[in-house]
Amino acid sequence: MSAQPILVADDVAASYPGARVPAVASLTFEVRAGDQVAVLGPNGGGKSTLFRLLTGELNVGGGRLDLPARRCAFVPQTERSRLDFPVSALDVALMGAVSRMAWWRRPGRADRKLARASLKRVGLGDRMDASFGNLSGGQRQRVLVARALVQDAPIVLLDEPFRGLDAASTELLEVVLRELAAEGRGVLTATHDLEQARGADLVLCLNRVQVAFGPPQTTLRREVIERTYGGNLVELGPDVTGVLTDGHPGGAS
Amino acid sequence: MIGWLTEPFGEAIVARGLLELLLLGLLSGGLGCWLVVSGMSGATESLAHGMLPGLVVATLLGVPLLLGGAVGLLVAAVAIALVTRLPLTPDVATSIVITSLLGLGVLLGLSPSAPAGLGGLLFGDLLGVTDLDLALAAGLGAAVTGLLVVLHPRLLATGFDRFNARALGHSVFAVDVVLVVLLAAATLVAVQALGSLLVAAMLVGPAATARLVSSRVAPMMLLATVVSAGASVVGLLVSYHAGIAAGGAVVLALGGMFLVTLTARELTDGLRRRRIA
Repeated sequence: MSAQPILVADDVAASYPGARVPAVASLTFEVRAGDQVAVLGPNGGGKSTLFRLLTGELNVGGGRLDLPARRCAFVPQTERSRLDFPVSALDVALMGAVSRMAWWRRPGRADRKLARASLKRVGLGDRMDASFGNLSGGQRQRVLVARALVQDAPIVLLDEPFRGLDAASTELLEVVLRELAAEGRGVLTATHDLEQARGADLVLCLNRVQVAFGPPQTTLRREVIERTYGGNLVELGPDVTGVLTDGHPGGAS
Repeated sequence: MIGWLTEPFGEAIVARGLLELLLLGLLSGGLGCWLVVSGMSGATESLAHGMLPGLVVATLLGVPLLLGGAVGLLVAAVAIALVTRLPLTPDVATSIVITSLLGLGVLLGLSPSAPAGLGGLLFGDLLGVTDLDLALAAGLGAAVTGLLVVLHPRLLATGFDRFNARALGHSVFAVDVVLVVLLAAATLVAVQALGSLLVAAMLVGPAATARLVSSRVAPMMLLATVVSAGASVVGLLVSYHAGIAAGGAVVLALGGMFLVTLTARELTDGLRRRRIA
């Protein structure tokens, strides 16, 4: 899949305000239209920092990041969503349109149509008017994906989107992400799941610095995974390795 | 019966009081809902109480209450900002400043040289609203409603996902500033009629009641406006016939509506659960 690069990082570093050492450094990678990129790394390894950099929440602390403003849609983890906020699934999906508008504009008929279509696409066509807080965790996660679809950005960032999803929802979401890439978008997915990463076009391994970047065949090797996750590897069998995240095996290799 | 209902509003001062309350109700319908869903009810009460010394000093000096209230708000804001620098949580810092300011206001108001107006500052003078009060309330109601309509999509998106708002292209700071400025303006205008103690109830009460039974923001705003109007009519009627203070009666009616709505909701939920079981 060779196309125009839509995101180029050249030795990029990022620090949080007041911190002495960068949260993540030596980021050198390129994402092209249509790439599905798995971002792998331990908690605190820099996955979220990378996303904050790409959404413009954090400033580039060094190096060069080539990414036109407001080009990223972001799907956060649903754990931090407010369940008591009086909104429907459709309201939340429609918020994606607000992200790409000037502050005085309001979503129009075309945006509503897109919001409904996006909810259908993530399998929530029959739950559009449900209160967001009354949905299950997996359904809420899919509403946040629909919001990103409505945002209609060339780059889509997803922070552990498969966490807590059942098998059917996982499969559905995988299809949606593949379609997004096929439409020519760059799709970056933070994950702990080596199996998931194996299905991506490219894998970016982070452990406060960039450990590796490239296709799964070259990056998902034992020594790379060891450097990415430090000592948190567990042997699950003769050829099977899992990653310990928060005490749970995050995937097998 | 009809006479019992209509007679009070035939009197000009009661009718004006009702008009003022209906105009302020527009505010509580729109702004109040954002304050409630954004968790700013505490800030609403703090602002209203913290401005009391400013109001008292304005009365003592004979300058317009609006000016005194504005200066009072500014002093309270600076004091809170300063105290927050101490190793205290924000709610403790705010409580210390606001209760101190309220105490200072009462002290100043009860000094021998103070004119007999402290009651009015604490509880407002609903039946003494002037043309200027009405004009201010109408102007502010229109301005706030217009602004809230324009900003609605952004307030909704930011309020729902504050933590990720920046990543989604929204400024939490800008939204907070807008809400606090609107709150300050609303408090300043409403305090003339309702006083420092009751203004928070008028801003927060209808929205809190509407929140009990609304699952979306826009219907919640409509319902809050209706609740506010209902409580205004009931409060003024009771006040007129029972000969009790108008502001207090309206706020009690608001509290009553909240309780009735809460009870009704709990009963309906209980019935529904039993039917499912």
